[in-house]
Amino acid sequence: MSTAASSPLPRSAGPAARRRRDWRRSFDRFGDGALYAICALAALIAVGALALSAYEIVDHARPAIAKFGLGFLFHTEWLPNFGVFGAGVLLYGTLVSSFFALLIGAPIAISIGLYLSLLAPKGVRGVVSPLVEMLAAIPSVILGFWGIVLLAPFVQKHVEPFLHDHFGFIPLFGPPQTTGASIFTASLILTIMLIPIVASISRDLFLAVPRDVQDGASALGATRWEVVRGVVLPTAAPGVIAASLLGLGRALGEAIAVSQVIGAGEKINTSLFETGDTLAARIANQFPGAITGMHKASLYYCAAILLAIGLASNLCAQWIGRRFDYRRMATR
Amino acid sequence: MSSAGSMEMGGTPAIPSRVRIQSGPLTVAAPGGHRSLPVESVFDVHGVSVFYGAKRALEGVDMRIPRSRVTALIGPSGCGKSTFIRSLNRMNDSIPNFRLEGKVRYHGHDIYGRNVDEVEVRRRIGMVFQKPNPFPKSIYDNVAWAPRNLGLRHGLDERVEQALRGAALWDEVKDRLKSSALGLSGGQQQRLCIARAIAIEPDVLLLDEPASALDPIATALIEDLIHTLKGRFTIVIVTHNMQQAARVADETAFFGLDSSDGEPVGALIEHADTATIFGNPADPRTRDYVSGRFG
Amino acid sequence: MNVDEPAFDPAAPLTPTGNLRRRRAVSRVAESGATFAAVLAVAMLAIVVYSVVAEGASALSLDFLLGGAPDGIGPALVGTVELVLMATLIALPIGVLVAIFLVEFGGRLATPIRLALDVMNGYPSIIVGVFIFALIVEPMSSQSAIAASVALAMIMVSVVARGTEEVLRLVPDSMREAADALGVSRWRSVLTVVLPSAMGGIATATILGVARAAGETAPLILLSSNNPGVSVSLNPFEAVPNIPGTIYRLSEEANPEGFTRAWGAGFVLLALIMLANAGARVLLARSRRKMAP
Repeated sequence: MSTAASSPLPRSAGPAARRRRDWRRSFDRFGDGALYAICALAALIAVGALALSAYEIVDHARPAIAKFGLGFLFHTEWLPNFGVFGAGVLLYGTLVSSFFALLIGAPIAISIGLYLSLLAPKGVRGVVSPLVEMLAAIPSVILGFWGIVLLAPFVQKHVEPFLHDHFGFIPLFGPPQTTGASIFTASLILTIMLIPIVASISRDLFLAVPRDVQDGASALGATRWEVVRGVVLPTAAPGVIAASLLGLGRALGEAIAVSQVIGAGEKINTSLFETGDTLAARIANQFPGAITGMHKASLYYCAAILLAIGLASNLCAQWIGRRFDYRRMATR
Repeated sequence: MSSAGSMEMGGTPAIPSRVRIQSGPLTVAAPGGHRSLPVESVFDVHGVSVFYGAKRALEGVDMRIPRSRVTALIGPSGCGKSTFIRSLNRMNDSIPNFRLEGKVRYHGHDIYGRNVDEVEVRRRIGMVFQKPNPFPKSIYDNVAWAPRNLGLRHGLDERVEQALRGAALWDEVKDRLKSSALGLSGGQQQRLCIARAIAIEPDVLLLDEPASALDPIATALIEDLIHTLKGRFTIVIVTHNMQQAARVADETAFFGLDSSDGEPVGALIEHADTATIFGNPADPRTRDYVSGRFG
Repeated sequence: MNVDEPAFDPAAPLTPTGNLRRRRAVSRVAESGATFAAVLAVAMLAIVVYSVVAEGASALSLDFLLGGAPDGIGPALVGTVELVLMATLIALPIGVLVAIFLVEFGGRLATPIRLALDVMNGYPSIIVGVFIFALIVEPMSSQSAIAASVALAMIMVSVVARGTEEVLRLVPDSMREAADALGVSRWRSVLTVVLPSAMGGIATATILGVARAAGETAPLILLSSNNPGVSVSLNPFEAVPNIPGTIYRLSEEANPEGFTRAWGAGFVLLALIMLANAGARVLLARSRRKMAP
């Protein structure tokens, strides 16, 4: 019909082609919608699993919550055969072992972060950084097993006597026991787990402190340590605190390694060198073998408490991390 | 180290494309007369070349920087002005693969010598940077930080006040010394950085384009400041703004690109008192740069 | 403050004046402390790895690797592979899809979802175990590989999602805009343009997730610990033997021979996990080189 030689009618203009296009367009619209739907579904599953977990655990803990109430947190008798349960010992063990681990581990981890970011030559950093991160990759069951077989005897034979002899006036450092299974050993294992987390995040935080502010401090005749103390640490402080809380969360929730080395104690002892137990470790120990309903419910109750503490620590970390970083960035 | 009333002509004879005029006059016209007075030099720079790894950034600089005067370093970007000024207080040490050849003498001492403590160098030779970099602390703590480090704790309040007055910032901040320094405007922050630097009473103040990140009003304030600080400190200032150099500096050094050895490298082309550089420069490259700006 | 007299003699040699000597010493002590801390961390790693290798190597033999309990860990090895594979089948699609949602469809929902992922990352694994126990094992009245896989998947998802999100963000917006300008629909551009360029990162994230899941013990104690591991078991509706559980069980028994086998199993597990980590790192380095030549 037209001057076919000079401007041929494109095949895509015909009615059949138009129908193909329309079909394709609606298929695409369907495709877009479908993609959105399955992605949203995936997100829903992910978030939903979290919410569901909290619900299920609290729900299964109901009988124990009803029977023991908040006193569960303070009573220390845990007698499955008599249906009497109190998590006081566990709560004590959880908090003491984790905070002690944080006390020892955080300064070491922050120092490692400083070393990797400010002191180490680039080549050394490239080797040591991955090594520190690999520390975090060691499965807790292997660390715990190493703890029972090698660390605990060493601690019991050398470290505990040393500490008791020199610092025994502090009730924390009582006489060493027959085995090294103790809150102290568990704390050491938790320290090893906590350090790589805090160190890696700290290293990144220190690397992110702007060079120009550090240069400004150096130009005023300050030593390297003074620059760190005056500029680097204060700038990175909120992030380092958040990182420490994340490390704390890791320590609070560790079940396997702790259960292997803490000795499943039933009493609260002032000395760190005695046995103890934590919420997570007790669940790992007794959950598979729990028979009575109240025993199981009490263990669910422990899980609920652990969930609450762990969430609190984690959410604090997230909140500090987000709030202070954005604010700092806004003023510059 | 002073030469009374003479201008020495450059060391290496007749390499056509590079006229090296030995560093500045080191003389000052006595007020109301034509007789010259000898002026002590603070820095004595001999054959300084700077390398970043294999790349040569600065070539054979010979220069003397006089005491209690303002020396401006001008020239297009990439000619080594910042590199040079940062080499005067060892701020380039932290840059990887930095290497300096030649000698930088400060009051006769080689600052890159073996027993030299670079922290001590920076205590005596202060620096203010292009972009204001106040610490995330209060205004008071920003100024008081370095004195505290140095153990100058007596009369800290007075020292802070004097420093802030010296930086023409006191009146604006005296009622909010404890508020965060990050809340100040750009120009105020830069004056705070100057206050911070002068609070420890250094011997020399190095200013690396201190006003280039600021608006014209703040810039003018900084320039006035330099005038008032002139007598107390030896000042070396890098600036892109030639009018600024003309207004503020006693001597001016022009850094340009020298291509005589093949690759273009930053080099000191000419150094003389400001009037000469801008009115009657000897080197054609200086003339081109200077007249280009003035149209 | 007397302005006319400098606080020091500028012409004095450039050795420390005033209190600088002391401050230098303090700085050096601090630097040594930091270096010592780093050495400590590497030493800790070296000690643990050395112990595992030294003690575990002696247990290794073909019988050990292939045979069934109590002498060998063959079924446990197969079981771990099965569990991790099933967990990956669940976590990989969900993780990638969540990441796509965050990057391509984001909006106001992105922040709470990302927060949920971060929380999930720090979730104690024993809690995950307890949750899945309540959700799957109790209704089924028995442990199962399915339950264990779901629990491991829940732990893996955050690792996969985070890694995928990072890599999806690296895909330049200009690519997406170009696809848009050509009239290519959203779903087509995501599937055929964005995802393929993110493949390397997704693989890396998956491997990291696998390394993490393979080492998790707590959920397995609750969800898949009934099988003594005498023979290979592939039935997903039953408990399946696994390496971490085997190590845990052997470590709790007071049998020194069991200890040797535990070291051997630990050696195998650690080797696999370290290999996976190293592999992920190599992949990461290679894909970074591709992204920014």
